[in-house]
Amino acid sequence: MQASSDNILSAVRIDKGFPGTKALDKVDFHLQRGEVHALLGENGAGKSTLIKCLTGAYRRDGGSILLDGVEVDPRDTFDAQRLGIGTVYQEVNLLPNLSVAENLFLGRQPRRFGMVDIRAMNRKARELLSEYELELDVTRALASYSVAIQQVVAIARAVDLSGKVLILDEPTASLDAHEVALLFRIVRRLKARGLGIIFITHFLEQVYEISDRITVLRNGRLVGTRNTADLARRDLVAMMIGRELAAEIHAVHANAAEGEPRYRFRNYGRRGRIDPFDLNVRGGEVVGIAGLLGSGRTETAEVLFGAHRADSGTAEIDGRRVELSSPRAAIRQKFGFCPEDRKTDGIVGDLSVRENIVLALQARRGWTRPISRAEQNRLADLYIRALDIRTADREKPIKLLSGGNQQKAILARWLATEPEFLILDEPTRGIDVGAHAEIVRLIESLREKGMSLIVISSEIEELVAYSTRVIVLRDRAHVAELGGERITAHQIVEAIAAANERRAS
Amino acid sequence: MKQKYLPLTATILIFVLSYALCAAQYPNILSTRVIGNLLTDNAFLGIAAVGMTFVILSGGIDLSVGSVIAFTGVFLAVVLEHTSMHPLAAFALVLAITTLFGALMGVIIHYLEMPAFIVTLAGMFLARGMAFVLSIDSIPIKHPFYATLKGFYYKLPGGGRITLIGGLMLLVFAVGILIAHRTRFGTNVYALGGGTATAKLMGVPIASTTVKIYALSGLLAGLSGIVFSLYTSAGYSLAAVGVELDAITAVVIGGTLLTGGSGFVAGTLVGIFIQGLIQTYITFDGSLSSWWTKILIGALLFAFILLQKGIIHLSRDDRQRA
Repeated sequence: MQASSDNILSAVRIDKGFPGTKALDKVDFHLQRGEVHALLGENGAGKSTLIKCLTGAYRRDGGSILLDGVEVDPRDTFDAQRLGIGTVYQEVNLLPNLSVAENLFLGRQPRRFGMVDIRAMNRKARELLSEYELELDVTRALASYSVAIQQVVAIARAVDLSGKVLILDEPTASLDAHEVALLFRIVRRLKARGLGIIFITHFLEQVYEISDRITVLRNGRLVGTRNTADLARRDLVAMMIGRELAAEIHAVHANAAEGEPRYRFRNYGRRGRIDPFDLNVRGGEVVGIAGLLGSGRTETAEVLFGAHRADSGTAEIDGRRVELSSPRAAIRQKFGFCPEDRKTDGIVGDLSVRENIVLALQARRGWTRPISRAEQNRLADLYIRALDIRTADREKPIKLLSGGNQQKAILARWLATEPEFLILDEPTRGIDVGAHAEIVRLIESLREKGMSLIVISSEIEELVAYSTRVIVLRDRAHVAELGGERITAHQIVEAIAAANERRAS
Repeated sequence: MKQKYLPLTATILIFVLSYALCAAQYPNILSTRVIGNLLTDNAFLGIAAVGMTFVILSGGIDLSVGSVIAFTGVFLAVVLEHTSMHPLAAFALVLAITTLFGALMGVIIHYLEMPAFIVTLAGMFLARGMAFVLSIDSIPIKHPFYATLKGFYYKLPGGGRITLIGGLMLLVFAVGILIAHRTRFGTNVYALGGGTATAKLMGVPIASTTVKIYALSGLLAGLSGIVFSLYTSAGYSLAAVGVELDAITAVVIGGTLLTGGSGFVAGTLVGIFIQGLIQTYITFDGSLSSWWTKILIGALLFAFILLQKGIIHLSRDDRQRA
């Protein structure tokens, strides 16, 4: 698309790389005056990286940004704000301990005789907020108002300071329906005033309610920009989760999944996190879990592993009732869990590769029975070789390894405990293509050894490649199960989209 | 009532109640003499506590205060004994030194990203050490100007006196209240206490604000040292040990949140009064050991920390309902 005079903000061929990954690859993005432009994509698609490049929080590696036809280069968020690009985040970036008026006018309070004129400041604050249909006691601390109100105050401040482009980064994530309606009324009003608004969310029905155009990113690349009215929900989902490799790959060894289920979860769930579900897993089976972000994928894993204790249902292993009340209890039953965000939940960055690998095994044995250094070395070397973890030696701090190798080290950590039931949450997120294929091969080989695996992934083709069954989630509930011949990318996308359509109606 | 006034109200209520209890037992405690003495005796502590209030409001701490007071006293005593410098010039000089000292700690805290606790702990040892370098003896100050200054007072009806230093403390509190609530710098101090990262995103000049806060605390510690030397007419390097902790206590009892971001300079004044009142009561009683002061203040401090926790808890509930 050519940059037209209607474009208030144009980003052209934006590049941004991080060590080991390419976060943005020549992404184009055009925002028009007076439009709400939804920016969509799964986790790791590059949405937040793009936003951070636009607001100067990150320095881009290449490409240019045009604001009102003039090339700009915001050095930091403050600079972007001065230029006219304001951002409101999901977590309100205001000061809860200051009054509403102080938050609105921090750093530019009206003064009289060198002293802050509190009365004038409060009056101006009330005037400003009246444009947003808000009648607040502006002298009260911001913290005494609900998140929705705080969100509106943040918007009011951002618009007052910037006035050209407003970026809303998942502003509705913690709001209820009534509050979302309030927010949308304000967004429409700002749109009518000619602001360009970028709206990031993972609630598709909100996208259809408020946005004029949609841009979808995937794996750091632009998938496309469409008019919302012309884009069917199903096509949008397909754009988001991607079907470039739409080759209808085989349905995996259906025969591998015969026999009695070893693990039976009945009516298993936890209120507020995941609705009760039934799940049977046989030995030598890979159960894939598909669904959009926020559909309850990670919540399912956490309940199974006892990270959040189930408050309904029963779990059986080989017909024997077990209590999975904590990760420790689950580990005793030979469960393993590789969490989604390896940076915060998985690796201990300053410890060596060896120490990271033996961590879970040592935890299971208890600190009173230390694993000898020789045994640690043997285990570390074994898995570094077996999983082809590329590291100079086993004593290197793990944070110096690439994402794919860190992921393999975490896998090694759990494999060292010789689990029989392994949960992998997004095992291929943020790693390069080569490591990606290796992880997929590894999952295959573990399955062939008779292990039971649960794999959560937003990569549909990947799920198709290794799953013996796929469970589709939506709204924190299990809604469909696909097996055998029905495991195709097409069918999975259909199931996810159907679920979403039902929700919208 | 707004929640932010709750701790302050509690402080004032406790002060009024305990004053009433004391007065019931010893009616003399109501005399203007006692009130005048309360101001004079706590003047140096009060002035230091104003600086401490700003530091704590910003989420920091300043442990160097007591040492700086001692250093100031010794510095003045040495200078007035060995040189012919006029005390007023010596005052200006020492204030410049302590202000710079505070500013330097602020610079280290901000630019080297060091915890205030460690930096001001180092400052504490440094200032105390410098005082020892100047002199290890208690040096009396016999300059006639000191006698003149002590001669200034405002006579209250009933025989009480508001001395120069007592009045100075009230003035410092008044100015402190203005700075805290009526200047952009004051709001920035609160902003820092609310969250440095967010404050930075909102454009608060973190560096200059941090440096100014510790410079202000240094300035007021120096002023407190001058007042202390007027009060004791001497300079001694072992004086004012632990005054920073008394100041922190006054700030917390005065209703300021130790984690920063919430509180009032005026509350600190009441905190000073409560500490002074307990001391006065024990003097009146005569049979109680002075350690009871510490015990009561300890209990009070603990109660206030619990109160703050409770309020934070309540406000969180409140928001969920809103």
